[in-house]
Amino acid sequence: MNLRYAAIKLLRAMITLWLVVTFVFVVLRLTGDPTQQLLPDDIGPEIRDYYRAAWGLDRPLWEQYLRYFEAALRGDFGISFRNSQPAIDLIWQRVPKTLELGLATFFCSLALGIPLGVLAAVWRDSWVDRLTMSFAVFGFSMPNFFLGILLILLFALNLRVLPSSGYGTWQHMVMPVFTLATAFAGAIARFTRSAMLEVLSRDYMRTAEAEGASRFRQVWWHAFPNAAIPVVTIVGFSLGGMIGGAVVTENVFAWPGVGRLLTSSVADRDLSIVQGIVVLVAITMVSANLLVDLAYGWLDPRVRVGGQERSR
Amino acid sequence: MSAVLAEATEPDEPRPLLRVAGLARRFSLPRTSLFGPRPELTAVADVSFDLAAGETLAVVGESGCGKSTVGNLVLNLLSPSAGSIRFDGEDLASADDTRWRDRRRDLQLIFQDSRSALDPRLTVEAQVAEGLEIHKVATAADRKIMVAAMLEAVGLGGDLARRYPHELSGGQQQRAVIARALVLEPKLVVCDEPVAALDVSVQAQVVNLLRDLQRNLGLAYLFISHDLSLVRHVADRVAVMYLGRFVEVAECRDLFAAPAHPYARALIGAVPAARSRRGRLVRPLRLEGEPPSPMNPPSGCPLHPRCPFATDLCRTELPALRPRADGRSVACHHAEASQADGLEAQGGSDASQPLKVFP
Repeated sequence: MNLRYAAIKLLRAMITLWLVVTFVFVVLRLTGDPTQQLLPDDIGPEIRDYYRAAWGLDRPLWEQYLRYFEAALRGDFGISFRNSQPAIDLIWQRVPKTLELGLATFFCSLALGIPLGVLAAVWRDSWVDRLTMSFAVFGFSMPNFFLGILLILLFALNLRVLPSSGYGTWQHMVMPVFTLATAFAGAIARFTRSAMLEVLSRDYMRTAEAEGASRFRQVWWHAFPNAAIPVVTIVGFSLGGMIGGAVVTENVFAWPGVGRLLTSSVADRDLSIVQGIVVLVAITMVSANLLVDLAYGWLDPRVRVGGQERSR
Repeated sequence: MSAVLAEATEPDEPRPLLRVAGLARRFSLPRTSLFGPRPELTAVADVSFDLAAGETLAVVGESGCGKSTVGNLVLNLLSPSAGSIRFDGEDLASADDTRWRDRRRDLQLIFQDSRSALDPRLTVEAQVAEGLEIHKVATAADRKIMVAAMLEAVGLGGDLARRYPHELSGGQQQRAVIARALVLEPKLVVCDEPVAALDVSVQAQVVNLLRDLQRNLGLAYLFISHDLSLVRHVADRVAVMYLGRFVEVAECRDLFAAPAHPYARALIGAVPAARSRRGRLVRPLRLEGEPPSPMNPPSGCPLHPRCPFATDLCRTELPALRPRADGRSVACHHAEASQADGLEAQGGSDASQPLKVFP
């Protein structure tokens, strides 16, 4: 049963990826003839035809698609127009740096958001709750670039304790991670709180209390695992969202990651790199969702048996 | 059954298992205006009763009358605003948290909504075992045997024990809830509408199960229900509640034969099967209007705006719950008139008539 559930989810993830790759192809063809954009305007038609043939653009559409798809499977998204290296190599160089930022953000926001959300729910309407929720609203309503600039002003220019931008030591990571993590920790704290409140009002919490379970056991053994089910969803989505958030934050702090590469490639019309990054982001999103689905199966016995009876 | 009944209702029980005196609970509601006072709602006011070991006391009344709050107060799931709860001679209202956690073994509860009373992430077995684990009863191996025996006793043996709550039917879930409560061998079980969510055919099974377990384990039940025809089959004594107060407490058969309080008459008169063995009905009493809001209870007797017997006395003075010579307690200035009026049609009291109990 469990295996079948995982297999279905995996198949669905593959189909999503295939759709994304195909979509990128379609958009690329819709934007017109690449030779128009890449070659100078004043060259003769015979040169243009030569390049068309060289790039396979004279073939029927379905053949182009198959070639493109086959190359994409090998991770080949073409040559960067700017510095004639394979696009995938250029992207791949940046991935560890973004990953570093993303993972640090991910763990910081979980470590901050989940306990705060749980405490806010357990001590509902207390000062802990109010303070946490004010922090959460502040966190996710504050635009990343603005918070980043404020932090640079404060810590780099006035206090001079942290480097304003760049990559290298752990000090370089503090501000970008803080900027990204406040937003996600805020969202996670809010979700955790509302999920916890719902579970805490269930009868089985009163049963647990009536049985003599300690407050700690009630919260962490009965309430949290049940509340974790909706929280996992938002965590999964934010995993994908962190890549998007990284684009802005990386630019503010001159972090040499995928996000910076994406903005500079868009500015330079370096299509093969943009295309590669789009597919990469799609893979991240799809994997995050796949992980969420698998985590559901592990957390919720009602999903484990194949999803029937969920409506009851 | 009748032997158990007689034994359980022995009048001179030296020390009741549970003695509740002057219990009250008020709730503060959110402010309606920014600087206004917080409105208060009195859910339970001045409730006193005794419950003997092995006895079933039913608390009946309309929804919102505070009967579930009484159950939660007895279990300390809510703390009382006033009053005392003595369990086995020990004052529980003043017991600290650690003491309470120990005591929880003796006081358990069964909920109406069994689906939500079970943790969806744990198997039936694990849920039933949990209480034993918390209280460190016996060794792990012995606990397993106790759990298996309890599940067997409620009819959830074998494969069913390893299922998750959503894989069980409503009746089976309620059996799991019962097993979970009773595996700790409590002395008192608060049953809060234990079968209201079940089909009628399943209701009878669960009620019979509860009664068998009571007989075998000597449990006392505080049975909270709005279903009078059910209460009539399970209760030894019945307390009728109106707007947070007990208005009549009587032996079950006395109450059904001849309710004294006008509100009790109205409730019992509304049950289609409320007839004595001779087939004569208690003349029903029709009350005017809706029950008033507990946020703003009427002066004097809370029933007076709806009661046909109301006089000026009722409008100004709250009647106390007074014990009467016939063993029941009634909180009404005109109880005798009301009771006589209810029995007029059948020409005299037949309170001594035994009631036909469950088939």
